[in-house]
Amino acid sequence: MTAATTPWGGASPGREAVAEAPASPEEAPAVVVRGLNRRFGRVEALRDIHLELAPNRIHGLVGRNGAGKTTLLSTLVGQVIPSSGSVEVLGGRSLENPAVLSRTVYVRDHQCYPDDMRVHHVLGIARRAYPRWDEGLARRLTEDFRLSPRARTKKLSTGQRTSLGIIVGLASRAELTIFDEPYSGLDPVARGVFYDRLLEDFAEHPRTVIISTHLVDEIADLLNDVILLDDGAVTLHESQERARDRAYRLAGPVHDVERLLERTGSTGRVSRRQSVGSMTMVVVAAPLDAEAEAAARELGLEVEPVSLQEVVAAMGTLSPLGSSPRDTGDAAQEGAQR
Amino acid sequence: MDDSKPIFQQVAERISSDILAGTYGEEEQVPSTNEIALFHRINPATAGKGINTLVARGILYKRRGIGMFVATGAREILLRERQDQFVNDYVDPLVTEARAIGFTAEDALRVVGRRLGAVAAGDPRKEQS
Repeated sequence: MTAATTPWGGASPGREAVAEAPASPEEAPAVVVRGLNRRFGRVEALRDIHLELAPNRIHGLVGRNGAGKTTLLSTLVGQVIPSSGSVEVLGGRSLENPAVLSRTVYVRDHQCYPDDMRVHHVLGIARRAYPRWDEGLARRLTEDFRLSPRARTKKLSTGQRTSLGIIVGLASRAELTIFDEPYSGLDPVARGVFYDRLLEDFAEHPRTVIISTHLVDEIADLLNDVILLDDGAVTLHESQERARDRAYRLAGPVHDVERLLERTGSTGRVSRRQSVGSMTMVVVAAPLDAEAEAAARELGLEVEPVSLQEVVAAMGTLSPLGSSPRDTGDAAQEGAQR
Repeated sequence: MDDSKPIFQQVAERISSDILAGTYGEEEQVPSTNEIALFHRINPATAGKGINTLVARGILYKRRGIGMFVATGAREILLRERQDQFVNDYVDPLVTEARAIGFTAEDALRVVGRRLGAVAAGDPRKEQS
């Protein structure tokens, strides 16, 4: 008996997946990270990271520049070696392990190619590297992004180069597909093509996808799960919908807003405040419980959910700052690229 | 999709409105989870969750290996639900606004009555189906 039988049966053309169900216990996680640390000199780029990523879901890795996103993703594909801790991908070690690496694709921003390479060379190499490569999909995407197969990679614009990375990432159909900020030079239309093709192919051929980004709101609706990385540590990891409940917006007369914040003990949880005349709006980085909601209604205050971007910003604002200043964070990221 | 409510709920509301409007008749098939996901550019699991809330309320049902269908009596269920929500969703905001702009109960009733009358008299489409 294998895990090949699915509850919706093999005959179904589309996947009628059960909503939001966490991965069933027999489905092994696609990624298991335990006690991962990575230092670059005196900089702690990653600090005691524990992560289990459920398979066949779209995970969003969000966080500010320098938070350690690229370093974390690079450890998954064995391009950065952990200072301590363990990383397991698709059931094995990724470091110098072809059995894992041929099932993993890592698309980074600003990918460099040898000068004399043409687009079709890059696609040809990818075709040989990835066993589940779909040539038809690669052709369609090449047309969607208006890339000429004969074009020299060194002549490509930044956006075209990014598109080429996206084509490789999608057409490889790798069981673990990682997009690390695949946005340079992409206009909103091209980003839309990326999102549509990603969803389309993910729906037909589910796989584990990780997208790192700071354009949180643009991809929020595509995600199953959100991982927030702040100052090298994971500060949030849960379903996209539940993550959205981590903060709420409260608006009304200043006095009433203050009264509510005091009553619910959330004065210290205000991450943003804006006032106009006697009215004020605050974003509270705390789940809205029934008690707070009832109190707000009683005072006639407006309570609204916030976007995922706002949640991320709120949690980032309120997380305690590390003891060491993080101005070297970007340097660590640069280091991770090499 | 907007941020004011969970997306799965918006998906469910959209399908409900389409059923009420007659876009999908009873015993007719509704789009698949994946089609809905692509249309709204949302995760298929979210679309599935929206559909499942309708299944739980007896509005949609699943035919194995084929897809999701509108249940017989779905319109009736939806109408009753909407009627239950009518006061909360429409009348209460109307009352709040009427007070804010100094309308008396008579003012508000007159405007609403005139509007309802105009719809009934002037828009024959509302009388059909």
